[in-house]
Amino acid sequence: MSRRGLLRRLAETGLAAAGVSGAAIWLHGRQPRGTAAPPAPVSSFRVDAAAGAPRMVIARGTRPGPLVDAALEEMGGIERFIAKGDTVLVKPNAAFDRPAWQGTTTNPDVLGAVVAACRRAGAAEVLVTDNPIHAPEGCFRKTGLGRATEDAGGKVLLPRPSDFGPVALPGTILDGWSVYLEPLLRANKVIGIAPVKDHNLALASLTLKNWYGLLGGPRNRLHQRMDETIADLAALVRPTFSVLDGTRILLRNGPTGGSPDDVVAGDVIALCTDGVALDAFGATLLSRTADDLDYLRLAEEKGRGTRDWRSLDPREISL
Amino acid sequence: MRIANVRIISQATFLTLFLVCLYLSAAPRIDGYPVSIFLEADPLVALSTAISTGQLYHVGATGLFFGIGLLVATMVLGRFYCGWVCPFGTLHHIVAWLGFPRATKARLEANRFRRWYWIKYGILLAMLVGAAFEILQIGLLDPIPLLSRSMTDAVFPAVDAGLRVVGLGGIHPSATPEFSGAWLIGLLFLTFLLLNLWVPRFFCRAICPLGALFGVFSRFALWRIHRDLSTCGGCNLCSKGCEGACEPEAKVRLAECMVCMNCVEDCPDGSLSYEFLPPPEGAIAGVNVTGRRAVLAGVGGLFLMTLLRRSGSAVLQSGQRHLIRPPGSLAEEAFLARCIKCDACLNVCPTSVLQPAGLEGGFEGLWTPVLDMRMGYCDITCTLCGHVCPTGAIERLTPAQRTGTEERPDGSDGPVMIGTASYDRGRCLPWGMDTPCVVCEEVCPVSPKAIFTREERVIDRDGKPVVLKRPYIDPQKCVGCGICEHECPIRGPAAVRVGSRIGTI
Repeated sequence: MSRRGLLRRLAETGLAAAGVSGAAIWLHGRQPRGTAAPPAPVSSFRVDAAAGAPRMVIARGTRPGPLVDAALEEMGGIERFIAKGDTVLVKPNAAFDRPAWQGTTTNPDVLGAVVAACRRAGAAEVLVTDNPIHAPEGCFRKTGLGRATEDAGGKVLLPRPSDFGPVALPGTILDGWSVYLEPLLRANKVIGIAPVKDHNLALASLTLKNWYGLLGGPRNRLHQRMDETIADLAALVRPTFSVLDGTRILLRNGPTGGSPDDVVAGDVIALCTDGVALDAFGATLLSRTADDLDYLRLAEEKGRGTRDWRSLDPREISL
Repeated sequence: MRIANVRIISQATFLTLFLVCLYLSAAPRIDGYPVSIFLEADPLVALSTAISTGQLYHVGATGLFFGIGLLVATMVLGRFYCGWVCPFGTLHHIVAWLGFPRATKARLEANRFRRWYWIKYGILLAMLVGAAFEILQIGLLDPIPLLSRSMTDAVFPAVDAGLRVVGLGGIHPSATPEFSGAWLIGLLFLTFLLLNLWVPRFFCRAICPLGALFGVFSRFALWRIHRDLSTCGGCNLCSKGCEGACEPEAKVRLAECMVCMNCVEDCPDGSLSYEFLPPPEGAIAGVNVTGRRAVLAGVGGLFLMTLLRRSGSAVLQSGQRHLIRPPGSLAEEAFLARCIKCDACLNVCPTSVLQPAGLEGGFEGLWTPVLDMRMGYCDITCTLCGHVCPTGAIERLTPAQRTGTEERPDGSDGPVMIGTASYDRGRCLPWGMDTPCVVCEEVCPVSPKAIFTREERVIDRDGKPVVLKRPYIDPQKCVGCGICEHECPIRGPAAVRVGSRIGTI
């Protein structure tokens, strides 16, 4: 063998050995892929209110769109909450792929009006999403919520596995729980829009229960401590404001409904910055009281709002 | 343009069309497209189900007539389907083209006729004899259902998952579907493709019962490949590119000829042509199946098919064991007489609750659709599976017919009930472990709910009184959709499970 050949052979072997060893040293002791990210906190989306600004509005009337606009106006205008360039996350209840008349999901007209208002206020992006029980595409299609969002200039996000991560929420049942974090971390304003629904275990599914749709993981296990979970959802999401969509009320067979007999027209919309107060009012629409809902008691005890919605001096309007 | 290039364009078009049909089948895309057209235009599906059921199935304008049209066309043009249309044939063509040696000598050897190519006629005969005894197994090897099943259960999910890993999105609109036992379907598919490296178009020449059927009918072909003996130099190059191994250098075997036209292109003397009514003595019209082989195939097939049926499915038919079939499915025996295992229903199912059966329904039921409620649930207004079923094993219902507000074709009404849920109280949290839960009740989709709760006061092990909502099933209301089982938080077997319909009166 020539000297040149020998040197080349040695160099080849040396390079290959160095490459393999280098790769081993580089891989050695690295974090394995798929290691859970450290829990992330979700900040509050509330905005400071001027002294004397309205805290709750109850609007009654039959036309959902104008009702939303009037309620927002009464609340001080959408500009009070949404500024130019904001990224707004709107969370309707899109849990089931059922038509809107069944009253199991948020009224698309209400959603559309809220999204349009945000766009008018100059929001750069209005993201609409939910992590529903049924397949997400079908839910946003059959409920009409997808169409309503797009028509109003919003954007529907469908949850992807990579969008979920553990949340830091110390002192609650949800600490470390997998949450639909991506849109929560992306947005700087959050609005919840929940229908008014009967619910066997929780007794009523209103704006606080609506945040359940941002949970991932084996969330069906949280039913074992349902009231505690709903009370803690009030700590997970501190929204810019919430909308109680009482245009239809699912009186029985909730939260799935399915029959026209289960639904009545409610013709009411309520806006509030305090979800506990809003749900206390919502309970009355289902012929219950705030005292019937144990999660409201728990939430109030933990300082997440007041059950005494009348103390917020709600402004009532009719169209 | 060279005629062989026209053929390539035709093959590419039909393969693309086939894949597009599968692509469009995924739930939100389907939107009324006739995605089952290839299955409906499969004359073997038409013939075998006509034998097993006594009926040529159709709904409205579509149906299995298309397939009969192809048979008639074969009687005019020969076995052109295999060379010009069949998407599985095209895949074999591609693999053989990519992987088989180019050398003329190797090709001539590979493309000579082998006597054992008669096996496909044996398979065809065995399956048709089986069909006559209402045992329908053509779906195992008929290339169209085979390809539909392989693509749906194995190839598309694998490609979809791969694309997601490299961040290129996916084929499926939502998550990658998973099908239990898909590995076996995929492996078989791959094996058939790789056999092309041994013998080009191995599947088409030796196995394919659809090709065999076309082969039988091609004896009438009016247009045929014809070799002009007066100009032929005897170089044998005509069989270099021969897809069917039909021996154009001797007497062309019509039953094997796929009308690929390669011989016409390859002949240096211009002696080969595709002619209208050439002299009949230039061709061998029949199939190479002797009477003894036919008896062997027929008797063997009958034995095999009867053996299959005696392997457990009889227990199913007596109602002692039960598979949960898609909504609108015929009774088990009638279902099996129609289902061709194409798994088109699995492809269209929005929740992937439909899974290919393993051996739980006997070998007879292999790869037929069954519901696995842990994989998905059955949307109570969804009727997509029946809409793509090419043979009517699953009836084509409207959502109103499914939910029961409209009468069904068989005169029944009320909701379609595919099973009944029942509780395993030892595993159920409120029943067995003094823990609140009732997710099942929450998601129960019918109104009024089939799952209801009773508040029961119990004393827990510490002596404390606890009020629990305990779930019960109303068998008159339960439609067997399985969302309770799907959403049950108990790992492993759920605490509420859907079984066969409970025979309440």
